[in-house]
This record gives sequence, structure tokens and C-alpha cells, in this order.
Amino acid sequence: MEKNQNTGRTAWPLWEIFIRSKQGLDHKHVGSLHAADAAMAIENARDVYTRRMEGVSIWVVESKYVHASNPDEAASFYDPANDKVYRHPTFYDLPDELKHM
Amino acid sequence: MTKDPLIDYTLHLADNALVLGHRNSEWTGHGPILEQDIALSNIALDQIGQARYLYQYAAGLINSSTTDRGAYPAPRTGEATEDGLAYHRDGWDFKNCLLVEQDNGDWAKTILRQFFFSAYQYFFYQQLAGRKDGELAAIAEKSYKEVSYHLRWSSEWVIRLGDGTEESHRRMNDALDQLWRLTGELYTPSSYEKMLVAEGIAVDLTALQPLWEQRIADVFRQAGLTVPALGWQQTGGKEGKHTEHLGYLLAEMQFLQRAYPGNEW
Repeated sequence: MEKNQNTGRTAWPLWEIFIRSKQGLDHKHVGSLHAADAAMAIENARDVYTRRMEGVSIWVVESKYVHASNPDEAASFYDPANDKVYRHPTFYDLPDELKHM
Repeated sequence: MTKDPLIDYTLHLADNALVLGHRNSEWTGHGPILEQDIALSNIALDQIGQARYLYQYAAGLINSSTTDRGAYPAPRTGEATEDGLAYHRDGWDFKNCLLVEQDNGDWAKTILRQFFFSAYQYFFYQQLAGRKDGELAAIAEKSYKEVSYHLRWSSEWVIRLGDGTEESHRRMNDALDQLWRLTGELYTPSSYEKMLVAEGIAVDLTALQPLWEQRIADVFRQAGLTVPALGWQQTGGKEGKHTEHLGYLLAEMQFLQRAYPGNEW
């Protein structure tokens, strides 16, 4: 466990919280919090992030297991997609019956 | 004093919820970690919400009662109100159990107090939801869901602290020393409870006791804690005989309404 810089005491690990709302089809990242383990992280998420009936399902992932892209590589990562408009699925009409697109 | 046991019973339940809710709210801004500060504040809000429903019901009963209205203070308007019942009664009018008025102490004591009381309320509301008084049954049904979570949350903490470090285990045992002798009152029926059990309105506490004991034993086993022998038990809160802690709590909680009656935000 990491040492807390302010108190010098052992701190609980950080967790990333994902909530699926009633209407939503996917879990969305809502923030992060501290907890001793996964079970406590889910309870803490319930208390911190679903107080106003935001969610019906909670995922938690310990933050150290999240691997992120490097912001320094943003140019080579994302810019090449800029001028390739044909990759967007906007060149045909969707039937009305098709939801959630 | 009043002769209507239903008013006393409703006030007893309301006082339990308000006093423990207020105790827990004292942690707001002082929790050991932000997430748990919020968790306990949520529980405090649940309890104060339960207290409001119960006080509103009690106020209605008092206002339509033909027995001695003077037993209940009804400031300013002359009508009993939820605020009047919460803020303008004295310590000896409060009918909460001694357990809920105890000071917060450390985190272990707060957790153990919550666990003992949530385990009690969990089975209590379950039973009350099936009793004859429709209003109390409806409040019980709504509160049962909230209390189920309080019990889950406090049980996990009892296990974490009991089975945690040497220090947390010692603190849990210290809390147990202070609180155990106040748990017997939960199952000691007051005069008004005895009257209402026969009418099918109040919960029969003797039937609750084995359920509570079983739940405490289950969680304590996981926590590596030993359930003490029953021993001597202190009672009296339900009849208005309180420990020294209630007065300090009321002094802080009631100050504003006592100094400026009817004041609003």
C-alpha cells in the first residue's frame, strides 16, 4: 500500500468507478474513490455516486490496473483519423426501428 | 401523563431514529476517510428521515387525542408538530433506547453501536411491517430497505475491525465492553409496548431476541470476536431514564429552536 503524503499513514488504494444508469446501456466512468478492497469499493461507490438514483449497476476497477495512452503520442495516435471522414457511418440511412445507434 | 400507548410507542420509535441519526451526523466532516464520511452521513439521513415520518404520525395522533394534551409540548401554534416533538421535549420525555444515545467514541464504538442497532431494527421493521397499525406498517416497510443496507455496511465494518489489526481488534473489544450492557434493553418491553403487543400493534420483542443473537453471533464469528455472556443489563431509556449522554446531545441538537422558537433557514 502507498503511504499517504499528508499523514504518513498507509492509504487505501484508489478505484475507478463505472455506473450504468437506468436508461443507459453501458457503464460510464463517473470518478474514483478510495477503498480497502473491491467489496468496500462497491459500497463506497453506492454511497458516493448513486445517492440521487443515478445507477442500477456498479463496476469497480483498481486504478493501478488501468493502462492509459500516452498524451505525448496524441498527434500520431489521433490526428491521422482527422481527414478520413469515410470512416464515419454517416453515408447511409438508418431504419427507424434501429435504436441506440 | 398520557394514557395513549400508541403515541408513546410511536415517539419511542421516532426518538430511536432521531437520536442515532443525530449521533451519526456528528461524524459529518470528521469521518476517517471521505468515502466513509459520506456513507455514515447517508445513514444519518436515512434515520432522520424515518424519524420525520414517525414524528409526523405521532403529532397527528396527539392532535386528535382526547387524553391529556399537556403531556406533549406544542409550542407557538398549539398544535403538535414534528419539529415541536423533536426540539421542544426534554430528556425525560425522550423514549429512545440507551444504546443509541451513547457518545460516538472512536470509529469502532460508532460501528458497533450501529451494528447492534441495525441488527435490531432489521428484524424489528420486518415484524412491524406485518402489524395492525397501517401507518406504522407502511413506515416499517420503507425503512426496512434502508436498514438492510445499514446492517450490511456495519456488519462488514465489524468484521474488518475485529479481524483487522491488533489495534482495531482491541478497539472493538473496548467498544464491546462499553456497549454490551445496553443491548438488553432492546428486548426489554416497556409498559406501552406490553399493552400494544396484545393488540397486535407492537412487535413482540421476546420473539426478536433469538434472531438478533444469532445474527450477532454469525458476524462476531467472522470478526474473531467473542459474544459476551448476557450479564447485567442497564435499562430505562424507553421510560425516560437516560444516561448522562442524552442531555449533551439534546443541548446541541435543540439549541437553535430553544433559543429562537420556530426559526427557519
